[in-house]
Amino acid sequence: MSIVNRGFGRRRPVDPEIARRIPPGQHLVPDFPVLSVGPTPRNELHAWSFEITGEIDFPRTLNWVDLQGLPSESVTVDIHCVTSWSKLDTRWEGVSLDVLLADVETEATHVMAFCDGGYETNLALEDITDGKAWLAYGYGGEPLEPEHGGPVRLLVPHLYFWKSAKWVRGLRLMDGDAPGFWEQNGYHLRGDPWSEERYWGD
Amino acid sequence: MAPGPWHVATLLDKRPETSNAATLTFDCASWPGHRAGQHVDVRLTGEDGYQAQRSYSIASAPQDDRLELTVERIDDGEVSPYLVEDMQPGDALELRGPIGLWFTWDAAADGGPLLLVAGGSGVVPLRAMLRHRAAVPRGAAGAAGARVTARLLLSARSAADVIYAGELRADDDLRSFTTYTRATPPGWTGYARRVDRAMLEEVAFDPCECPRIFVCGPTAFVETASRALVELGHDPAVVKTERFGPTG
Repeated sequence: MSIVNRGFGRRRPVDPEIARRIPPGQHLVPDFPVLSVGPTPRNELHAWSFEITGEIDFPRTLNWVDLQGLPSESVTVDIHCVTSWSKLDTRWEGVSLDVLLADVETEATHVMAFCDGGYETNLALEDITDGKAWLAYGYGGEPLEPEHGGPVRLLVPHLYFWKSAKWVRGLRLMDGDAPGFWEQNGYHLRGDPWSEERYWGD
Repeated sequence: MAPGPWHVATLLDKRPETSNAATLTFDCASWPGHRAGQHVDVRLTGEDGYQAQRSYSIASAPQDDRLELTVERIDDGEVSPYLVEDMQPGDALELRGPIGLWFTWDAAADGGPLLLVAGGSGVVPLRAMLRHRAAVPRGAAGAAGARVTARLLLSARSAADVIYAGELRADDDLRSFTTYTRATPPGWTGYARRVDRAMLEEVAFDPCECPRIFVCGPTAFVETASRALVELGHDPAVVKTERFGPTG
């Protein structure tokens, strides 16, 4: 049941082409809000590394220089935060996870992305392959700022943005799904904005 | 504790806190209860079916009879001006929650001491924690038989911008500090600058006391305060933050 709020609902004229890109329950913002669960970690690039570990015969580690040596892409995508803001046409630079996972032999079905500060988030392997996810280190033509997850964050724009983990330091391959940080704290295991998978039970 | 379905809540009372913020008291018969620090999603529906939803922190304690939200009006927003200005007692809206199990504090489960650092309207979920702390019977939360010791540091532009001004007073075990960043009241001898490391060093508990720390406010405020707390030796894992962009 939905009630009507008297006097509310001066529907704002929105270009249908833009309206089509906004998932249910979301609204557009011009700025880029910051949401994090704790202090912003500070990282020296020379000390940064990225691990692929877990269900894999030969775990591997990349450092910052290794990452810069991989083919990068510039991607322009719409992003959707579970707190109901969406931002269109955000431009990122980074490396596709397809590149990082190309020659990984694994029986895994899911990954746990882990981060500085202890944050974790779970993702199905099929949600981060085939051109759907990146390790992003640039935003809007500039290096990614720490408060937005720099030096490197995940970018998984087709899921709610808590899945695009800031300060990411690796992927742990898993042979099943398991809840990460927000997924243990009331939020949906997958987080598809088009199905409004916001919270437990959605 | 899934937030489940949308609840209908009827506005009972609305009282101004500052020139652009108000506390709304709701009657919500189906409300399942909450923990101090959690938030709700509010949904408004127009006569033409248009819907908009936003998240707001819960201002009331779990022990309070009524659910309260304190909302700051964003001038070019679409939900907050309706809540602060247009909505009248007797009107209903839909809300969903409670949401979030991280930025929460329970006196018995989490204990203390409790350090609360608020910038502007970031005080709202912290007020829920203070009311919860005050509502717990003495002796229930600690072996010493005292309430959880707490400190509050509140940053506001001026005295007129302080939400809950009449309420956030110190008591036996609560020390309350305010800093004004733009204008100070006549005769003010307290802090008159943005929160910084030196201020937090004076106000915060010693890291050895392992305070439970909650920082809430605008992004720049939270970045500065949480970074300073870590530099002072507090474990990043106990510094819980919630950042507000303007929520229109």
